[in-house]
Formats: sequence, structure tokens, C-alpha cells
Amino acid sequence: MQFSELWLREWANPALETQELVDQITMAGLEVDAIEAAAGEFSGIVVGQILSFEQHPDADKLNVCKVTDGSEEFQIVCGAPNVREGMKIPFAKIKAVLPSEDGKGFKIKKAKLRGVESFGMLCAEEELGLADKSDGLWDLPANAPLGTCMREYLGLTRDGRDDKIIDVDLTPNRGDCLSIAGLAREVGVLNKVDVTAPVIETVAATIDDAIDVQLQAPDACPRYVGRIIKGINIKAASPLWMQEKLRRSGIRSIDPVVDVTNFVLLELGQPMHAFDLAKLDGGIIVRKAVQDETLILLDGQEIKLNSDTLVIADNSKALAMAGVMGGAFSGVSSGKEGAETTQDILLESAYFNPISIAGKARNFGLHTDSSHRFERGVDFELQRTAIERATALLLEIVGGEAGPVVEKTSAADLPSCAEITLVEASIEKMLGLTIEASEVEEILTRLGMQLSTIEGGWKVIAPSYRFDMAIEADLIEELARIYGYNRLPVRTPMAATPLQPVPENELAMKDVRRQLVGRGYQEAITYSFVDPATQKLLDPEVAPLALANPISADLSVMRTNLWPGLVQTAAHNIKRQQPRVRLFETGLSFVPQPGKDPSNLDESLVQDPKLAMLLTGTRTEQSWSESDQNVDFFDLKGDFESLIARTGSQARYTFVPAEHPALQPGQTASIQLDGVAVGWIGALHPNLAKPLGLKQAVYLLEISLKAVRQVEVPAFKPLSKFPEMRRDLALVVTNATSVADVMSLIREKAGDYLTKLNLFDIYQGKGIDTDRKSLALGLTWQHPSRTLNEEEVNEAVDNILAHLADRIDAQLRG
Amino acid sequence: MENLDALVSEALAKVASASEENALYQVQVEYLGKKGTITSLLKTLGKLSNEERPKAGAMINEGKVTVQTALNVRKTDLQTIALAEKLAAEQIDVTLSGRNQQSGGLHPVTRTLERIEAFFTNVGYNVAEGPEVEDDFHNFEALNIPSHHPARAMHDTFYFNANTLLRTHTSPVQVRTMETQEPPIRVICPGRVYRCDSDITHTPMFHQVEGLLVDENVSFADLKGTVQQFLKVFFEKDLAVRFRPSYFPFTEPSAEVDMECVMCSGKGCRICSHTGWLEVMGCGMVHPKVFKESGVDAEKYSGFAFGMGVERLAMLRYGVNDLRLFFENDLRFLQQFR
Repeated sequence: MQFSELWLREWANPALETQELVDQITMAGLEVDAIEAAAGEFSGIVVGQILSFEQHPDADKLNVCKVTDGSEEFQIVCGAPNVREGMKIPFAKIKAVLPSEDGKGFKIKKAKLRGVESFGMLCAEEELGLADKSDGLWDLPANAPLGTCMREYLGLTRDGRDDKIIDVDLTPNRGDCLSIAGLAREVGVLNKVDVTAPVIETVAATIDDAIDVQLQAPDACPRYVGRIIKGINIKAASPLWMQEKLRRSGIRSIDPVVDVTNFVLLELGQPMHAFDLAKLDGGIIVRKAVQDETLILLDGQEIKLNSDTLVIADNSKALAMAGVMGGAFSGVSSGKEGAETTQDILLESAYFNPISIAGKARNFGLHTDSSHRFERGVDFELQRTAIERATALLLEIVGGEAGPVVEKTSAADLPSCAEITLVEASIEKMLGLTIEASEVEEILTRLGMQLSTIEGGWKVIAPSYRFDMAIEADLIEELARIYGYNRLPVRTPMAATPLQPVPENELAMKDVRRQLVGRGYQEAITYSFVDPATQKLLDPEVAPLALANPISADLSVMRTNLWPGLVQTAAHNIKRQQPRVRLFETGLSFVPQPGKDPSNLDESLVQDPKLAMLLTGTRTEQSWSESDQNVDFFDLKGDFESLIARTGSQARYTFVPAEHPALQPGQTASIQLDGVAVGWIGALHPNLAKPLGLKQAVYLLEISLKAVRQVEVPAFKPLSKFPEMRRDLALVVTNATSVADVMSLIREKAGDYLTKLNLFDIYQGKGIDTDRKSLALGLTWQHPSRTLNEEEVNEAVDNILAHLADRIDAQLRG
Repeated sequence: MENLDALVSEALAKVASASEENALYQVQVEYLGKKGTITSLLKTLGKLSNEERPKAGAMINEGKVTVQTALNVRKTDLQTIALAEKLAAEQIDVTLSGRNQQSGGLHPVTRTLERIEAFFTNVGYNVAEGPEVEDDFHNFEALNIPSHHPARAMHDTFYFNANTLLRTHTSPVQVRTMETQEPPIRVICPGRVYRCDSDITHTPMFHQVEGLLVDENVSFADLKGTVQQFLKVFFEKDLAVRFRPSYFPFTEPSAEVDMECVMCSGKGCRICSHTGWLEVMGCGMVHPKVFKESGVDAEKYSGFAFGMGVERLAMLRYGVNDLRLFFENDLRFLQQFR
């Protein structure tokens, strides 16, 4: 909410400079976002009047005007199109200063325009920094007093203080501060100064016309106050002081009726509305809309109402969306653009329950000054005062005759003022300090609370405008806020500190990351929502969870694996001349479970933490010591194996040849832990390279983080003092035979004391059938408590060879 | 005996001309070996008289020592020369880069999160995580933000359907922790959060860390102490910190925390909009309704919660000037945080 500082000071005027005041309310929880001057800096400008004018002898577009400031006459050359005899205008005399872009001010001097002398300048609003654009001279009201300083006339300067526009960003709980009255109340409490409200007297009815009001949805609208005013002159201009207050609050002057309702909204916080009485069919009915009933709003858009939308209607139609916006048909009109001129109006001042308004405007994409206030809570005791204030202001501007105030109230549906027990000891418990009882009482009383002392504390009744007061903590916050958060004590929390368990069978995330970083991988963090097309390429068999309101089409589905982000990151970097990319990311993947009840999130969506790795480019940075070889499958596998080596669980892992739609057949493995698939590793499928914008071979891995973090806690085995026995075997097997199979067959027959089995060469070529390969394997045996003899080992080797020959037709290489 | 001098001279000459250890060995054998020519002279001593014998023996031994000494000296010289040659041959350019050096790095958000986690786990906080696709109850209702609440407008929520959404803050993890754990609770909840907002200062995904402490007799003073200490250790600077009343539906009282601008030490600069202060986190005492929804006895326990944006802290700590860089994952950016 933005407001004029001087307007606030009419209500509460503490002895503080602007900056002090702004700091004070900011530190009280009313955060000031911006302060700006209410007008450009100008001086020496007075109200003047054009007595006569004639065309410049040598310039078509210039006029030579005779202008008075009430005591002297001046000759002014002026180029404005709207000069008029008798017109009152802002008159900048010689030595006056106008605002300028550079902030230094533009000084008016005597000038000669095409040979005619000019002793000053006539000004437009724009030239005084009061409007962004003007069409001509500022046509001041006829009653503007000649010779008066414009700053004082406009109320821009008072008691030597230039007005400032202060923009305060109010939190949703402080609807009570969305008015000058509310802000003044706060300033009053903070400074212990009195708040002076304008005197609002009841305006007696001079006609009998009254409107019939029916509350058909009393829970949503428990109070409706209406008043008919007849015979108004809507073409009268709102007084300049009112236009200025509206302008400084960021509201444009429209016509006197709208201006007055807006003024009361700003001054007291009561949103009001005015209907053109001639457009009403019968009385006012406050009711819920009929489903799909239509209404054309003031802004011209036609909306279809829902059955939970509250409307103001007459006997035949909806007139307005209650508390949000009026309708175009029943609105007042000053006769512009050929519309009928409004003569008689119905003023509305109602209380709508916040819940009946909250969210409704948002559902229709609307947000108005009125809905903003009603959904936060408007003082439910304010309606009559507001309508009296508006009536008095209106009659003064537009004339006319007011009917009696009609009020319909459903007392049972009105909110009640919160009654809260404040225990004195709770204050210290929550804030860590005691506040004197007398200070507690003063703070709460100034905030408008009614206090009565009870044993050990107070019974507090909150005022009708404080919708945020419900529990004891709310009162304690008020005390802390007014006392000052920064005066409250500071303490280091004391707590029992039992030792925390740190499970050794789980690898810390820090260690997972450090291992990969040590292997040259850079961590990436990519969005959890991805482009559906990319996701489909990388995981075509899973239908991803789609956002109902994505920020853009390429961030519209939840990733089902972590590859889309990494692949896009790789492409991004390769395009920027970084062809060697090694990345990892950890985070959740989101895999919907078809067939499961979608309302049960735990079942219908699996959100599991994953680790993904991507590798592409050369094996090492280009270097004097290495050749520029590109990475392959085994680089990625080796990096991954270095990670699982840290868990001691390597033996539980197997890499099973498998197929994945995003990975290259023949270079893909399912990663299994204890025989259960937990991840994938492989080369990106060549068919995907182009659509993903990648020209070089890319290797990908994804694995469940829960799996990869499983640690085998070491279990000591005594060291053998006895010698090892080693046999090397060169086996010829078919090309299709996997080393993993050969090794597991060897282990089956190697006996209990095989301690090491490693492959140290693979040979294909001369001397071997083209469909076969030769594997060189080293087998090491060791007995824990004795020396093994030759015969035992030879027998094991014989058994192994026979088993291999039998099962996979493996032969010793001749 | 007359040729002893000649033999010694001859041997010394050969020692002097030897250019390798093997040649010296030959000289050793030829003159001093068992059958060496100088050694052989000892056999002629028998022919001498008893008076002459000791003198002659001493002379022969003297000759042997002379040759042996020369041999030793020359051997050392040759070894020295050989070593010098080897060293010269094996000289390398030590300024060349080491072999196969490579190290990746952590994302700056993770780096920041790890530091934050360390501060809190050191004093007994646990780390808790939760789902990112959340239900309305945990993200809003249980945090005292019913469906009509104006505070919902501040959240710009991503929805899947009316009840399912991307969490807008890490606060639901507070609720989930209190649902399953008895006080005392000390926990921090780091993680990704999502808001439907994207411009120069907003990304639709970012990270928060939420802290929660629930125990008997926890007061606002404990919250102030914790937050102040955290900011000082995080920035490794004795920063001024102030608390400003604010509003979060799930805390009461609530506060925004401002700290002295780290860029200008509070003098006022572009980063702090010339106020000298930076808004860095929100906090407050846990609202009794949140305790109730989470099954904690609000009569017995009280607690505080605080939440902060990780990217914002990382930007201030490392001087990053554009939020969007965090999610472009450009290696030239990431590699600055090794």
C-alpha cells in the first residue's frame, strides 16, 4: 500500500523525520519498500490567471498571454494548445525553479521568443512532476486562490515538510493497516502519541427513498449498509486536495462518486461501491450466484460465476461480484462516450466474511483494492461510519439529497471479537524477559485491546479490526513487536546432548560426492522438471508426471530419471567449446506407478534418490604426457567401481548385459546388487545423439543412491602366514562368452582357498579362430593355516578345466 | 727388489689412465692380486738376509699401499663422474604439469549446504529430508495455511492436481519430522523447493534449509542466539544482525532477519539497495496449530524454526551476481567452486 506521509501526519504526527518514521514502522513489521517525493522539486510557482491572449506575430503556434498573480501583470509567451481567457494555471515567475531530469532544477529566466519578451512560464502537470504526460496547461479549478504558492495549494509542503509517498509492503495478517486510519493507529502506539481522526457526523436524511435489502447468504455477508442519494451532479470535479490524496496513493481520479468511495477506502479501510439507481430492478439481494450465471464486470470482461461466488443482485440479475468488482451495467457514469449520465445512486458499505472472498478473485484472475482488503478482513464495525463519511463528502461535491441509511445485519453471523487469556508468565517463557505489567497494559490498550486483570494475567478482548488476534502467542508477538525485537535478549540454546548414532553401514553423501570429485567429475544441479520430448527419448516407457501449470513447455514434466538434465548440460557445455565433460548429479527421480490410486501419493509415485553420471570426451585433459584418447564404457565403469570399492560391497554387484531404449545395444548393462536391478550403465544410443544435439560418444549411468550407499562393515580375517600358490591359465572361449561367466564357473570348482582371480589379458587374432578369444587368467590360492601342496592345486585346476570344457567348450590355449 | 719402484710407477700410470671401474679392477689384479707382480715380490724375500728382510718387506708393503690408495682415489673419482653423468642424463623439467591430474568439484549450492549442515550437525542437529512432490496437507494445511489463506498467493505453487503439488518450501519436512519423532527435536531440512516464478531474481527451482528446534523452555531468545551465531560463522565475520517483525502462518511470533550488508559492511551499496541491510532469512516460534497438526504437546514443548534460501547465501558468500548461473551448469562457472 502506498500513502502520503502528510496525510498520515494529519492523523498522527510524531516528532520524527521521514527516515526515522520509515525505519520505525519497518522495524515494527510494516516493511517500507520505497520512499519517493510526492512531486518534483519546484519553487516560485504560484496560482496565476490568464487575463487575455493574442497570437504571436511571428509564430503560428505561440500565444502572447497577459497573466496575473493577483497583484501584478506579466507578459508570457506560451505554446500550449489549451490557453483560455480566465483560465487559472500554475505560473512560474522569473527565478522560479522547475524539476529537471538531472535533479539540479531548471531556473526560469527572462526570455525572448521570436522577438517577444516573456517573463516566466505557464506550466502543465507533467512539468511539475505530477503526471507522466500532459496534453496542455494544467487547468486549475476556478476557485484556486490567485498568488498562492502551488506547493501549499496542492498540499505538497506543510510546516516546511515536503510530502513523500511511502510504499509499505504489508504482510497478509495486517489487513488492519490497509488505511490511513490503521497506519496512524500503529504510529500512535509506537510513539505514544494521540491519533486525531476527522470528525464524522451523521448526515440526516432529507428524502425518504430507501432500498430494500435481503441477506440471502448471511454467513458470507452478515452486514449490508446502503443509502440512496438522489439528484447528484456527477460532472462536478472532485476537489484538488482529494485528487491529490488519491494520486499520491496511486489511484487515478475518475469521477466524484468513484473518487469518494476510493477516498473512504484509503482513509478508513472500508471498500465501498456505488450503483446507478436507475439501473436497479427492485431491491438489493446479497446471494450466492447461480452456477454459470454471467456478469460483465466494470473492466469489460464477461465472467461465468460459480455457485460459491457471492454476488450483489437486484430482483432480476447479478449486479456485482461482492467485495471484488462491480458490474458494468449498474455502475455510475458521468456521461462520457455517449453513456447516460447518472443522477441517483445507491451507496454500498458492506462487511463480507474473509473466507467468502478469499481466493475468489484469484479464481477469476482478478485482484482489486477491495478484494485485497476483504480477504484480509475489514473492520466489521466500520460500515455505518464509512457510509456517513462518504455521504458527507459526496453531498459537498455533487450536491443532491440523501435518503436514510438502511442497514441489514445478521448478528449471529458477524464475527465476534477474540477473547484471549494472557498469562503473565507466558511472556517471559516465550520471550526470555519480563515486561512490566504496566507496560503490557499500555501497549495492548493503545493497540485497541480491552483488558481486564485476572489472577496471574489478563483477559484481553481484541478490537474488531484485528483479525490476526486469536491466541496468546499473537498477543505476545504484539508485545515483542512494540517493545522492539532487537531489545529482546539473546541466548545460546541449552540442550541435553546425547551422542548421535552414525550408521557405519551407510556411506555418507559427502563421501559419495568426494569420491566422484576425486575422479574428475563435476557436480551439476539441474531442474527436476524437464522437457517432455527429451524425457521421452531417454525413458520412453514411463509416462512422466506432468505439471498442471508449468512455467514453460520445456519444463513441464517431472524427470523419471536424471539423464535429461545431464545430457542437456553436456550439450550446453560442448556447444561452448568444453568437449570434455564428466558430470554427476544426485537427486530425486519421480516415477509414477500406473494402476495405483493417484490420491495416495506414497503409492502412486515413487520419489527415490538417484545418482547419475555422464562421461564424454577425452580420457584426460590434453597433455604432454597422455595421448588424446576418447573415453569408453570402461572408463565410466571404472569410475563407478572406484565408488563401490569404498563401500566394500563390490562382490555383491554384477553387471548383466541388457537392453535399455536409450542405450546402445551391446554396450549396456543392468547394474545389480545381490541380483536385484538397481541401475543402468551404457553408451547413449547412437540414434539419440542427433535429437539430443550430441555429436560425440556419451556414456551414462544411473543408480539408486540407497543401493550405492550400502556399506559392508569390515569383518577381520586373520592373515595367512603360508605361501600363495599361483597358476595362470590361457583359455580359448567363444567371443560371446562373458568373462563374468568364466570367472563364476572357475570359482565353482576352485575349492575353498582361492583368494584371487584376475583377468590379465584378452587376445583375439592370429592363432585363434575368428569366433574365439583367448583369456589369460591368474588364479591364486592360499590356505589360512598350512602350506598347500601341488597335488591339491593341480586337482583344482583339472576340475576347473573339465568344468569349463563341459559347460562353455573352453579349451586351454595350445 | 730393484724393479719395485718401476712396478709401482707402472701401476700408478695405469690407475691414472683408467677410465672405468673395470680397468681399475684389472690393475688391482695385475699388481696387487694374489699373483700380482707386486705381491709376487714378497716371495723373493726368502732370498734375503735376516737383516735385509724386514726392510725389504716394509718397502714392498709401502708400494702396495701406494698403489691401493691410488686405486681407491681413482675409483671414487670415477664413481663421482659416473653419477654426475647419470644425473645430467636424467634431468627433467620439473615445471611440467603432473601426470593425469584431474579433480572435479561440488556445485556451489552443495558446497554451501555442506557447510550449513556441518555447523548444525556439530551441535547435535540431525539432517532430515522429505518428498518434493507433496500433498496439500503437509505443504499448507498443517502449516496453518488453509486453502483460502492470502498467504497462498505469496507461494506461486506448481500443481499436479488439486491436492498434489511441488513443495514451495522445506517446511513440510518439519511437519513430517514432528509427526514421527518425539521431542526434543533438533533438525535441519535442506532441499529443493519450487515456485512458479522465473525472472532475473527468481528461478522456478531453488534450495532452502529449514531448521527446527523443539524442546522444553525454548524461547525467542534461543532463536535469536542461534540465528546470529549461524550468520557469523557462515560469513566468518562479526556481522550486525537485526530482527524485524514479520508474518508466516506457521510461526508466532515471526521475524525476518536482516544482516549487515557483506558487500559494503553496512555502508549502503547497490546490492543492499543502499539500506546497509540484507534480508537473509525468516524465522519464528512454532505456531501452536502446527504443533497440534503434528501431534506435539504445545503445553509442554515450545520451539523455533528458521528458513533460508541457499542460493542467496551462496551468492553473498562467493559474490555471484546472477542467480540463473546456478542452474545453467556451465563448466566455466562450476569449476570456480572446486
